[in-house]
Amino acid sequence: MATNKRATVFVSLKDGVLDPQGVTIQKALAQMGYGEFVSVRSGKFFELEVEASAGDIGQRIDEVCSRLLANPIIEDYRVEH
Amino acid sequence: MKFGVVTFPGSNCDYDTYAAVRFILGEEVEFLWHKSSDLAGSDVVILPGGFSYGDYLRAGAIARFSPIMQEVVRFAEAGGIVIGICNGFQVLTEVGLLPGALIRNSHLRFACKQTTLRVERSDTRFTSGCDKGELLTIPIAHGEGNYYDFRGDIDELERSGQVLFRFVDATGEVTSEANPNGSANNVAGILNSKGNVLGMMPHPERAVEEILGSDDGLKIFKSVRAAFATPHPAGQA
Repeated sequence: MATNKRATVFVSLKDGVLDPQGVTIQKALAQMGYGEFVSVRSGKFFELEVEASAGDIGQRIDEVCSRLLANPIIEDYRVEH
Repeated sequence: MKFGVVTFPGSNCDYDTYAAVRFILGEEVEFLWHKSSDLAGSDVVILPGGFSYGDYLRAGAIARFSPIMQEVVRFAEAGGIVIGICNGFQVLTEVGLLPGALIRNSHLRFACKQTTLRVERSDTRFTSGCDKGELLTIPIAHGEGNYYDFRGDIDELERSGQVLFRFVDATGEVTSEANPNGSANNVAGILNSKGNVLGMMPHPERAVEEILGSDDGLKIFKSVRAAFATPHPAGQA
């Protein structure tokens, strides 16, 4: 039996969209003595398991990302599969 | 007239909204379950505050796909009056009935306090009982109410008069101190371009009796009732 495939999706705020979590993490790092990390952007990571029998899922996963996993108004996504 | 209040799993202001309409405004009201595809003859639909679907993924992101929302979209597109309060506002932006997005408060903290709103227009279905420039005392309670201005989209809303409520100080001035969440131009509530859909972060249902600290929110409910009783003249929002 073929094993299921995996797709990973990374969602992040678009460049220029305020990321208060990233800013707060960066400030904490600076306080901890890691001042060389001058910027932090936070994001989300999703791992999707895909039926082995599924064909080319490229378009389907794009739909999943733009309709649900990311809000295209403020977020970008990147898929690896 | 009849109000419908949508209940999603995680809604927590649905009973407050129901009570405000039924016991204070004195109109008929019915809960609309998220799995239902029937608005039960509602003349006005309210999406209440809360944490629909636990705010998983993004606030409002999952709720927008519920069966009842497909009906709410149809209702709004046909000109029906829809009000999204707090989480309801987030759902309305996610489903595309209102432009833009609400992101994390700029200071990262949950903001729960009384705020002063300035009414920017009195010629709308939601504010006909207010004066332009009138100040309303209505509380907020949210962690993600920062109306985000992506690439200057807010300018378009300002030009078209879609900004209905703004956070201001006690004298009615727009200041950064009066902005509780970092919203662009101190936005607290916006209309869609047709003027039949309102989204607002403050909770008018929590300000309907003096004993609650303010009854200014009742003006919004009364305005909606008046708008329904007298069909709106063409050309007005």
